Amino acid sequence: MAANTQDTAIRTSRLARAAIYAVLLVFVIYYLLPLFVMVVNSVKTLDEIRGGNMLSLPQIFTIEPWLKAWGTAQIGVSPTGLKPFFANSLAMVVPAVVIATLLGALNGYVLTKWRFRGHDLVFGMMLLACFIPFQIVLIPMATVLGKIGLAGTTPGLVLVHVVYGLGFTTLFFRNYYEAFPTELVKAAQMDGAGFFKIFYRILIPSSGPIIVVTVIWQFTNVWNDFLFGASFADFDSMPMTVALNNLVSSSTGVKEYNVHFAGAIMAALPTLVVYVVSGRYFVRGLMAGAVKG
Amino acid sequence: MPRLVLAPSFILILIFVYGFIVFTGYLSFTDSRILPSFDWVGLTNYAKLWQQRNWSIAIKNLAIFGLLYIVICTAIGLLLAILLDQKIRGEGALRPLYLYPMALSFIVTGTAWKWFLDPGIGLEQVVQNWGWESFQFGWIKDRRFAIYTIVIAAVWQTSGFVMAMFLAGLRGIDNEIIKAAQIDGASNVQLYRRVIIPLLRPAFLSAFVVLGHMAIKSYDLVIAMTSGGPGRATEMPATFMYSFTFTRNQMGVGATSAVIMLMLIASLIVPYIFAEVRGRGDGR
Repeated sequence: MAANTQDTAIRTSRLARAAIYAVLLVFVIYYLLPLFVMVVNSVKTLDEIRGGNMLSLPQIFTIEPWLKAWGTAQIGVSPTGLKPFFANSLAMVVPAVVIATLLGALNGYVLTKWRFRGHDLVFGMMLLACFIPFQIVLIPMATVLGKIGLAGTTPGLVLVHVVYGLGFTTLFFRNYYEAFPTELVKAAQMDGAGFFKIFYRILIPSSGPIIVVTVIWQFTNVWNDFLFGASFADFDSMPMTVALNNLVSSSTGVKEYNVHFAGAIMAALPTLVVYVVSGRYFVRGLMAGAVKG
Repeated sequence: MPRLVLAPSFILILIFVYGFIVFTGYLSFTDSRILPSFDWVGLTNYAKLWQQRNWSIAIKNLAIFGLLYIVICTAIGLLLAILLDQKIRGEGALRPLYLYPMALSFIVTGTAWKWFLDPGIGLEQVVQNWGWESFQFGWIKDRRFAIYTIVIAAVWQTSGFVMAMFLAGLRGIDNEIIKAAQIDGASNVQLYRRVIIPLLRPAFLSAFVVLGHMAIKSYDLVIAMTSGGPGRATEMPATFMYSFTFTRNQMGVGATSAVIMLMLIASLIVPYIFAEVRGRGDGR
């Protein structure tokens, strides 16, 4: 949040305060409702959902839907459950986050502490790249991935996510390093420290918060991506979001709502955990991404 | 050395962003069908695109969705931010509850709302069970209203984020201004209408740009909730682009629609970035 967290000077009456709390509480219910629906219905039997009330607590508690969603549910043509796709997403997200964050840090370092002619043009071009609708790159990307033999593979998806994550990771580090005292860098240079040594010894040790912000931002975006996964992944590299959508929208057989809800929670869990553990940094990333561009 | 370090990223962006934009732009002038072709056909695809019924539905839906999404998110976001700014006990606990949907994938959000709004098992059923037997809420299955269900889910996902933007704006306002107005005898309502909300202009602008840009790009949520249906009732530019390019084998028309989407986003983002950069140059 903003550094400036003063209390407002507005004064309110007791009655107004009661009304304010009531409204705030209504919105709490609104925001929690879908999560509540997912959780309670993921541990109900299918009969109970069909015949009963989506907002009521389960009469018979069962973890069967969870086991099914994880291990045996039909995804596409084979009964694999979501497990292999969860693994696919992890295998995609880890390298995509590490590489994009590292490159972003280096770019931000160069763009603030080793300025060259045209540095602002380079940055401007990287900044604009953050906002393109990805539809504009889908066709050539499919062609290129095919040409270099990465079509339908996890490394192919990693490449895609690194490329289109770079703009934001660079933006985050650039804005952070902009405020970092250049004198320190100059002094280290006088002492004979080289380009990389200054980066490792001086900038990285004080980059903790921005690394957390960037990692969370990139992790959330890559994990939650659907468009690239749906466009470029094979059955063997399909990420969690695409598998979940296949599970939920498959038109054959009975609609197992409880299994769908369990699967949806599984897909949501990694980013939710990150949010619960470090929500402050998550919000900072969102704000930086929004306000600065 | 420094430039050598930056070069790989810059080259990647140059090729994969700007090169690809040029490539897609070129394809929009060709007769590409299943595969890219380089036979020039001039503006044929642009003419074809605007004659497509699906495209006019998509543009109309984007207008309805975009307008409602932006207005409702802004209204809820501003309301919650103002209320949360009244020295609320437990603000620290409330804020994350308003914001967590932003951490979810649109596919998850879509799944939750798709079944919750399903007339067979969801809200309609619940209210009927509560005793209002004639209650009906089948929007998601109704061609005329399906697009509004997507607005409901999208607002749920992003309004908390808009709240955070306004709250940051409110916290940045100097209390001296408020106190001065209070001495002049302004009521709270007047204070907000005349003084505080006008001061939030930058936050309004950011919210507008972010929401508008998300509306143009919306794809996942539509796919998860309705797959563009019933019929093509919830077609959006992004779903149009995907289906024409990859399932209907009309890549030329698909590329054309992508170009239009880029132009829409650019008309939103470019002035905004210029204003930001210029504003900073003025020593803000």
